[in-house]
Amino acid sequence: MKHVIATETQEVAGQSPNFLLARFERLVDWAVNASRANSLWPMPFGTACCAIEFMATAASRFDIARFGMERQAFSPRQADVLICAGRLPFKLAPVIRRIYDQMPQPKWVISMGACASTGGIFDNYAMVQGIDTILPVDVYVPGCPPRPEGLLYGILLLRKKIQGESLFDGVSRRDEHPLDERGLRLSPQAIDEISEPFGNSVHQFRSA
Amino acid sequence: MNPTVGALRATFGDAIGRTLVARDGDSIVYVRADRLRAVLQWLRDTADERYDYLVDVTAVEYRDGERPLEVVYFLRSLARRVDLRVKVELDPAGELVVDSVEPLWRGADWLEREVYDMFGITFQGHPDLRRILMWETYAEGHPLRKDFPLRGRFSRAEQVRQALNISPEANYSLEELSIADAQDDLPADMRERLARGERGKIPLSD
Repeated sequence: MKHVIATETQEVAGQSPNFLLARFERLVDWAVNASRANSLWPMPFGTACCAIEFMATAASRFDIARFGMERQAFSPRQADVLICAGRLPFKLAPVIRRIYDQMPQPKWVISMGACASTGGIFDNYAMVQGIDTILPVDVYVPGCPPRPEGLLYGILLLRKKIQGESLFDGVSRRDEHPLDERGLRLSPQAIDEISEPFGNSVHQFRSA
Repeated sequence: MNPTVGALRATFGDAIGRTLVARDGDSIVYVRADRLRAVLQWLRDTADERYDYLVDVTAVEYRDGERPLEVVYFLRSLARRVDLRVKVELDPAGELVVDSVEPLWRGADWLEREVYDMFGITFQGHPDLRRILMWETYAEGHPLRKDFPLRGRFSRAEQVRQALNISPEANYSLEELSIADAQDDLPADMRERLARGERGKIPLSD
């Protein structure tokens, strides 16, 4: 009898030092992520033609209700995903920042279209060159404007990303606050390394 | 040529500069800046003219640096269905000042604010001349001037920093934020603040 118990213990120990705990964590992650990913409530922030495509995505033919997103949360307090559809002028930068700050954790951001992602054709004095200089962005949807299929693909990518998250790895996924008073969330060197010179300029980098 | 042009010249003499006909058939009259208000008042109030509708006020700066800035007034007589354009030339080297026509047409209020915001032209006698498109703390200048760089004067990071420091409410007076009809329903403290003319707080303004 004593021998049998010892064998079982050895087998358990052979798999993982924290076998039961790890299984429990995986179970919790699976349940939490499934419920999060399957009931994303979008906060639409539509400023331009991308918003028209977003409306098409939300309407009956493409129907994002299929992904548990039928409830458009026009209050940031009840929203999970901020979808910025359209170009963002500097005058709206503090507005979208405040909306993002008002959303409860966990929260995600989809940057829809070329202008929201990079400034697009609006490489000028009035336009934010990519909302990732204001907010942390999870999924970029390219296109000008993206078709509803494109946005749906972006939403599916976001669901996949959510399902890969874990409550227990101790990683802060969304850095809320800028590094310093310049308002950047990455160091200028890191931004230049991952970004091409943009617009018509070969001299102006994102961090400049 | 619009017959009004002849009548203007007969009435105002050398205050009326050159005249020409635009490609769409409208007549353009150049007016000396100091007589502008009188000319427009005459056009609005004279029985035979009755240009009662100010369609738009805008300004032009030409790429040729020699040419003066022009402030353009698009007038229309709703009763007679006639259009007229009145232009004022301003020397860019000198002070960019022109009389406001807001006392003649209330609608000129925001139009002149837009011209002020984009071109830096001051309208004398305007009741509330401040920026309308850019925010009030915008410090880079007047974007539609030819010497204004397309991407603005500051670096992108500085622009983002300044933009995030805008207080969105500060662009509006409290009267504009409230609905005039709701005045009686407002809480007492807000009514008191409105009466004092209190404005939203503007960061970075000092």
